[in-house]
Amino acid sequence: MLADLGEDARPLAGGHSLIPMMKLRLAMPAHLVDLGAIGELKGIRTDGGDIVIAAMTTQHELIADATLAARLPIIRETALAIADPQVRYVGTLGGNVANGDPGNDMPAVMLCLGASYHVVGTRGERRIAARDFYKGIYSTALEPGEMVTAIRVPVPPAGHGAAYEKLKRKVGDYATAAAAVILTQSQGRIATCSIALTNVGETPLWAKDAATAVVGTALDPATVKKAVAAAEAITSPAADNRGPAQYRTKMAGVMMARALARAKSRAA
Amino acid sequence: MAKTHVTMTVNGKAVEGLVEPRTLLIHFLREQLNLTGPHIGCDTSHCGACTVDLDGKSVKSCTLFAVQAEGGNLLTIEGMAAADGTLHALQEGFREMHGLQCGFCTPGMITRGYRLLQENPNPSEDEIRFGISGNLCRCTGYQNIVKAIQYAAAKLAGASVKEAAE
Repeated sequence: MLADLGEDARPLAGGHSLIPMMKLRLAMPAHLVDLGAIGELKGIRTDGGDIVIAAMTTQHELIADATLAARLPIIRETALAIADPQVRYVGTLGGNVANGDPGNDMPAVMLCLGASYHVVGTRGERRIAARDFYKGIYSTALEPGEMVTAIRVPVPPAGHGAAYEKLKRKVGDYATAAAAVILTQSQGRIATCSIALTNVGETPLWAKDAATAVVGTALDPATVKKAVAAAEAITSPAADNRGPAQYRTKMAGVMMARALARAKSRAA
Repeated sequence: MAKTHVTMTVNGKAVEGLVEPRTLLIHFLREQLNLTGPHIGCDTSHCGACTVDLDGKSVKSCTLFAVQAEGGNLLTIEGMAAADGTLHALQEGFREMHGLQCGFCTPGMITRGYRLLQENPNPSEDEIRFGISGNLCRCTGYQNIVKAIQYAAAKLAGASVKEAAE
């Protein structure tokens, strides 16, 4: 149906980004295709070393899922920082990652985790790495007629530490800046680390240099300072009513430092 | 625009209507079913005044299309009291604990409180505040709303409501 209607049609997931945009006339799709009744787009399953989350799984369902809480706690922690209870009952993971809004929280988490998206379109199915998916504000690697159907997350090793730190002005706000961290440690030193940042650029940002800077260290203050500088260097936030650009860059560093410390404290 | 036929259960009664695809659930409830308890506050999914219960979830009916509730089971503030007029414990709690001043947010607060207590019958104060964080009140500052929900939790658990009233 989406293919037949072409570019005039948009898939409707939870609608909690799209309907507000339609009210503002920032989006005026001629047709909406409601995905709500498609059972295959619901549910969370384990596939080898991956957890595969169907696109229409709501934030509320992510929060309630015991497997995710045990094996991928960063997803629950992030979902709890999104919007408010009513929105989380309806808003979906697929919508959050596919929308291309740099304010959405899950994209950075997926960059951090090295997730990939299952995409279905008229020409069949393909997978796109989250790290290759985001091209600009509301611009993604999706071609017309394509849709994200599932999110595939490689589960980090047991004993990993994770944290999502989000600075927001109030419940329901997008991040002034936020940071996702996944790390493992061995004898007090960081063995592996991945870091990503939310809402401090036109896309979510994978902070590779910042992560490299902490590997092999005990996360001493000098190292954290170096990592913060590396993270700040890749940001290019817009000034908005969350604050001037320079402030948001600084807050990205602060959120990352906090997330690093908290992730380390949680790692075995 | 061609209209679509929708059917759903609202406050235990089967209802139906013809709506445009773009008709929001709140407009269907208020204008076609004359259920004006759910309010339109911000119209941007922030304030929660339009909150209703849909299939066991609290939802903001200003940010759902009526067609998305097709076949659904809804509860609005109009369905909270018993048929004989006896108030629901939450309604009684809001009255006893002065949980409202102007009353605009109250239908949303009560329907949200209803689902919160279904999921967590004995919430802490922090859990109540987190649970109602999608509902804005511009009068009372939340303290008495929290107390009203605590009162209802105690009453529904069969406990003395005196403690909550302290």
